[in-house]
Amino acid sequence: MSAVGHDLSHDHGHDHEHHHKDTFITKYIFSIDHKMIAKQYLITGLLMGIIGVGMSLLFRMQIAWPEESFGIFKFFLGEKMAPGGVMKNDAYLALVTIHGTIMVFFVLTAGLSGTFSNLLIPLQIGARDMASGFMNMISYWLFFISTIIMLCSLFVESGPASAGWTIYPPLSALPQAIPGSGTGMTLWLISMAIFIASSLMGSLNYVVTVINLRTKGMSMTRLPLTIWTFFVTAIIGIVSFPVLLSAALLLIFDRSFGTSFFMSDIYIAGEVLHYQGGSPVLFEHLFWFLGHPEVYIVILPAMGIVSEILTTNSRKPIFGYRAMIASVLAIAFLSTIVWGHHMFISGMNPFLGSVFTFTTLLIAIPSAVKAFNWITTLWKGNLQMNPGMLFSIGMVSTFITGGLTGIILGDSTLDINVHDTYFVIAHFHLVMGISALYGFFAGVYHWFPKMFGRMMDKNLGYIHFWVTAVCAYGVFFPMHFIGMAGLPRRYYTNTAFPLFDDLADVNVLITVFALVGAAFQVVFFWNFFYSIFYGKKATQNPWRSNTLEWTTPVEHMHGNWPGEIPHVHRWAYDYSKPGHDEDFVPQIVPYKDGEEQLHH
Amino acid sequence: MTSLLVLLVVVLLGVAVWQLTKIFDLTQIGANASDDSGIANDKDNNINGYLMFAFLVFIYITTIYCCVKFGDLPLMDNSASEHGPDVDRLMWISMILIFFVQTITQALLHYFAFKYRGKQGKKALYFADNDKLEFVWTIIPVIVLAGLILYGLYAWTNIMFVDEKEGDPIFVELYAKQFSWEARYAGEDNMLGKANVRYIEGVNTLGVDMSDPNAQDDKVVQELHIPVGRKVIFKMRSQDVLHSAYMPHFRAQMNCVPGMVTQFAFTPTMTTDEMRQTPEMVEKVARINKIRAKKSAALVAEGKTALEPYNFDYLLLCNKICGASHYNMQMKIVVVSEADYKKWLNEKGTLSKAIKEANAPAEAPAATEATSAPVADTVKAIAQLVK
Repeated sequence: MSAVGHDLSHDHGHDHEHHHKDTFITKYIFSIDHKMIAKQYLITGLLMGIIGVGMSLLFRMQIAWPEESFGIFKFFLGEKMAPGGVMKNDAYLALVTIHGTIMVFFVLTAGLSGTFSNLLIPLQIGARDMASGFMNMISYWLFFISTIIMLCSLFVESGPASAGWTIYPPLSALPQAIPGSGTGMTLWLISMAIFIASSLMGSLNYVVTVINLRTKGMSMTRLPLTIWTFFVTAIIGIVSFPVLLSAALLLIFDRSFGTSFFMSDIYIAGEVLHYQGGSPVLFEHLFWFLGHPEVYIVILPAMGIVSEILTTNSRKPIFGYRAMIASVLAIAFLSTIVWGHHMFISGMNPFLGSVFTFTTLLIAIPSAVKAFNWITTLWKGNLQMNPGMLFSIGMVSTFITGGLTGIILGDSTLDINVHDTYFVIAHFHLVMGISALYGFFAGVYHWFPKMFGRMMDKNLGYIHFWVTAVCAYGVFFPMHFIGMAGLPRRYYTNTAFPLFDDLADVNVLITVFALVGAAFQVVFFWNFFYSIFYGKKATQNPWRSNTLEWTTPVEHMHGNWPGEIPHVHRWAYDYSKPGHDEDFVPQIVPYKDGEEQLHH
Repeated sequence: MTSLLVLLVVVLLGVAVWQLTKIFDLTQIGANASDDSGIANDKDNNINGYLMFAFLVFIYITTIYCCVKFGDLPLMDNSASEHGPDVDRLMWISMILIFFVQTITQALLHYFAFKYRGKQGKKALYFADNDKLEFVWTIIPVIVLAGLILYGLYAWTNIMFVDEKEGDPIFVELYAKQFSWEARYAGEDNMLGKANVRYIEGVNTLGVDMSDPNAQDDKVVQELHIPVGRKVIFKMRSQDVLHSAYMPHFRAQMNCVPGMVTQFAFTPTMTTDEMRQTPEMVEKVARINKIRAKKSAALVAEGKTALEPYNFDYLLLCNKICGASHYNMQMKIVVVSEADYKKWLNEKGTLSKAIKEANAPAEAPAATEATSAPVADTVKAIAQLVK
């Protein structure tokens, strides 16, 4: 297999003698170079992240200090959504909805996967570029268009989509039910359809590239774990995203052409609607058939990034390389048969609930294997506390904290009482939101020298990590408790229930942590943008890493390697191997005579 | 108090950051005159190693603080339904397990990060595989989860698979609409009449089919009264969008879906009065009233009306996003003795009487069939197009 990959990658190689000149447009805008596309994804993802997190701050302020007037609301939301600076209740739901959409799809799917799959797949497998650079470019620009449409939807007369990021009909289908389900929802659906097309093009490209373009010697069992997770993530995306597309299309039919796929027997605003025979539960099935794999689409790349960075900075091989691959495959498989745990109390047959409880709790097994393997990787290591390393350790920590509560939510019996409460918010923000963000940050700090040829400031990185780590716990840990107290999510204010009055203080505390934590992200952005231009020039292999991307020159070039593509002789994790002077042995170094060989 | 707390947190964080910057600056002295390499040196490893340990302490303190400060908030041991203790027991088991695993794994992770912080010239252990270890931490979760799954499925089956003939259950329809709840009692015959939103007219707000004999004695109310010790089978409907009938004190929740009838059943075990007198509830109500009294004082000072003092009541909340006023879609639930329940229900008039009084006899609109036919055609046509 690897021999085939080798041949193909040579066919694909550029002829540098006849290199044509890049114009500004072909180099920076309509680039087909995977490294530039990765940077485009990164910058777009970061900007969307600012918007998504900013929205969460606004609605957190509303929860902490309900119905108070803030100048900042007036400034950002305007007189229509926040008359007199007091946030309106449908504006609150709009913010919640768009925050979820932006963070899940635009930041943690496209921003994370798009950036690092594009950057690392060709560099780490030893390829000149993606299988189709052109399709890669289209993929990014479709993503860009979808973000623009989503942002435009914020400014339509009736407000953006407000039915929650899960857009359950009939709420999302009927403008009579909530104003955001008018034009705002139409734009949401169009944006998402384009996004899915973009995601599919990207995923197909990743899969084809990994299968076909590996350099000589790079067998599947020598691939870095980053590539394994990107590869599997792309496969999950190809399997599940089309189902969301079909759900979106059917919803468009229901909304615009009078079909009844998802609706039946509805009486609203004083009249009976014509819908007959459909079921919202069908939509829930279709949505979560993507929706659940989606959380693994988000977290798997972060897992891969963390595995790579933990290993490099521990100066130790990853523990249980094969078990790590097996657990990724197991998670990927299970992820497609657990969607029903979002629907235990949706009205579906309780027998299905039993089945989904069973499959869901099984996911804890490969997840536990991963966590233990990471911890063992640290054991007796020589840990280099670079900012990327700190975020990687942080990711393992939040993944454990957030993941453990999954055994409560995945258990249908317990889900009855905590479903749709703040307990759920705490769980998924820790296990997939914060963990994936940590993976994202870890990746940015670690591969910044590769992307921009300069180093980020480590001290600012340390401050960024420690304040973020404290604030993330401060925000999401107390949420478990107010969730167990029965506080439902997506409530504009809790003042309608005196029962929840004693939770008000906790909510203030959470909001303060959120505001402080978010404010400190400025440190990161300053560090990031400053270092792009004025950071210290990077050396070729600053972290003394084994993988192929560090054998390319610091200055970017089309085709990645000036000469021939290097051949691979060993797996990616020969750190501190006895019998070698250095504590790392790059993949391009051939085995010595009689050297122990791991993973052919 | 709150603002003081906020201020304190902000100040402390500010101090923490200033200290951190100082520490990181100090590490540079003596190392290289100016280490701007961006790569961690031994001092960075040291400081961050210690901070990792400190963070472990922080996690523990946060956990203990949250348990002490907010530990009495959770609905984990004062359930008011027959199946509640089962749910709570499973919750406790899971929680204890989680805290145990969390404590151990976080300790290992952060302790290793501290203990094995890097040092120039040190070499890490080349340790890449160990099948025995992998086996151990695969099999332990398998066993633990098998237990949890079995217990969970046992409880789930007991709760969800309702035998309508067993015992002497009461049938109540919960009817959800933007943004209020209504309830319909089955009346003397204990049979709910058929209903569809297409029958909605005037006072018949639930769309009950008044041509159905079972519907004649149905009663519609805006406050839910249920007798203690008797199984109640809730049949849930929604008029417009998805809602969720969440009754946290009974460990009960089920979505209300337009176009279908969903159900949930439980047996209340404690009347509202009994619940109000439990020590936990007395304490909780007192705490809430203290908060409300303080808020009221502030409101009165501003010339606004004071808040009502709080007294405990069971509640039905909407727990599925359903529109702008989702946050205020509630209904009071009153659990009383069987005798009080009967008395209360007898005082309520039937829907058919209310309709007669309103002088608008409901006529079954024959439109259902007629409207659905063209829609079905459209569906077919589009399905073909899609093909």
